[in-house]
Amino acid sequence: MNWCEYPGYLIGSEVLQNYGCRMASGLLLTFQLVVLSVAFGFVLAIGLAIARLYGPRWAQIAINGYTTFFRGTPLLCQLFLVYYGFGQFRLFWQDIGLWWFFREPFYCALFTFTINTAAYQAEILRGAIQSIPRGQFEGSLALGLHRWATLRRVILPQAMILALRPLGNELIVMIKASAIASLVTLFDLMGATRLAFARSFDLSIYLYAALIYLVLTEIIRRVWDRIELRLTRHMALR
Amino acid sequence: MFDKLALLGFGPGGWGWALLQGAANTISVALATLPFGLALGLIIALWKRSDSVLLRSLATIYTTVFRGVPELLTLYIIYFGIQVLVQKVWTGFSIPPFVAGMVALGMVLAAFSSEVWVGALNSIQKGQREAASALGLSKAQAFRLVVFPQLIRVALPGLGNNWMVLLKETSLISVITLQDIMFIATRANVVTKEPFLFFGTAMMLYFFFSLVSAWGIGKLEQRTNRGFAAFGGATR
Repeated sequence: MNWCEYPGYLIGSEVLQNYGCRMASGLLLTFQLVVLSVAFGFVLAIGLAIARLYGPRWAQIAINGYTTFFRGTPLLCQLFLVYYGFGQFRLFWQDIGLWWFFREPFYCALFTFTINTAAYQAEILRGAIQSIPRGQFEGSLALGLHRWATLRRVILPQAMILALRPLGNELIVMIKASAIASLVTLFDLMGATRLAFARSFDLSIYLYAALIYLVLTEIIRRVWDRIELRLTRHMALR
Repeated sequence: MFDKLALLGFGPGGWGWALLQGAANTISVALATLPFGLALGLIIALWKRSDSVLLRSLATIYTTVFRGVPELLTLYIIYFGIQVLVQKVWTGFSIPPFVAGMVALGMVLAAFSSEVWVGALNSIQKGQREAASALGLSKAQAFRLVVFPQLIRVALPGLGNNWMVLLKETSLISVITLQDIMFIATRANVVTKEPFLFFGTAMMLYFFFSLVSAWGIGKLEQRTNRGFAAFGGATR
């Protein structure tokens, strides 16, 4: 017996034993999707937030439009547009050599989640940077720091602490949102669960999946709280 | 290019009416969920602040569960769960997707909005309740006439966010065959093989609703803040 069949065996659930391995690999896929998209999204979001605040006017307008649009439409719709809609322009993607990317549901989901979470994270970071008092800029400029040095050494470290909590929320939101990847034929945790239900008609498998998601989000929430406590220990907030 | 736009029209072979019907279904399920979710959220918020340990822990468990489980999964559990349970007494029963979606999203909305309500309840000073009781109002009267009107102003920005999230989450109900915007777009895609056109249109419809909601919430906030703007406090 494989290790992933043991939980089902131990609690005496046949369906969980039969589909335990699929759900374990589904959980891994969920992890990959979320970790990669949130990480890529974060890198994008830093650039977007800075350009949104200090960039040229056209960039500010464009980024504002981008964040408003992607925060104002459902992720499911965005995913279908990318997965089904982009596939329509197959010849174009083949011409520019990107067909391998938009052909795979995994990359489509990763791409959609990344641009979606980048929009949310950019707004979080913008809000955090904007709430740093003006005096911090002026002070470091008066000390002779370059604008970039000011941003990197003075503003961003302070803004990150403010952004920490909403970023943690965004991570949890993405874990939950990643369940819709199952609708574009991906077998993430939700996809494996749907398969198990379709074959066994045993509703309890959904409850086990809910429990796994719950434990996952709860662990992340608690770990994030710890991280926040540790990073802000010099501020004596609590 | 333009010949494809006829697919969105209202003539024969056009999906215009179907999409409008889908939009109406999206809006009606969101509007039907809102009062149910907000009322349940307020009850849970009151439980969270109650003196009884039992109610407090029940409320905490409720919010932890519904905030930690994906909405899609909640939707499936409610949809299939209710179906299976009722079919034990009444075979042949099938729950309308509208109701299942309303219940599932309403319960999730309740979990999220209860946090907003708790924050707003905490912002109302104890003296308000004490003064109300000194004036001879009962606890229920004090809540209805004194606390609640003040609550709305503080809670509105958070509840507005909840509404925007709800509006987007309704797209998930299409997977249990509610004929909303997403469902119609998916079906049109199957028939016409024009996914980009139809999912793009669906996206524009959702975006339009989001913009209108943001505008409406802004107006509401202005209205609820009209007595406070003069102090130049947290409002603009």
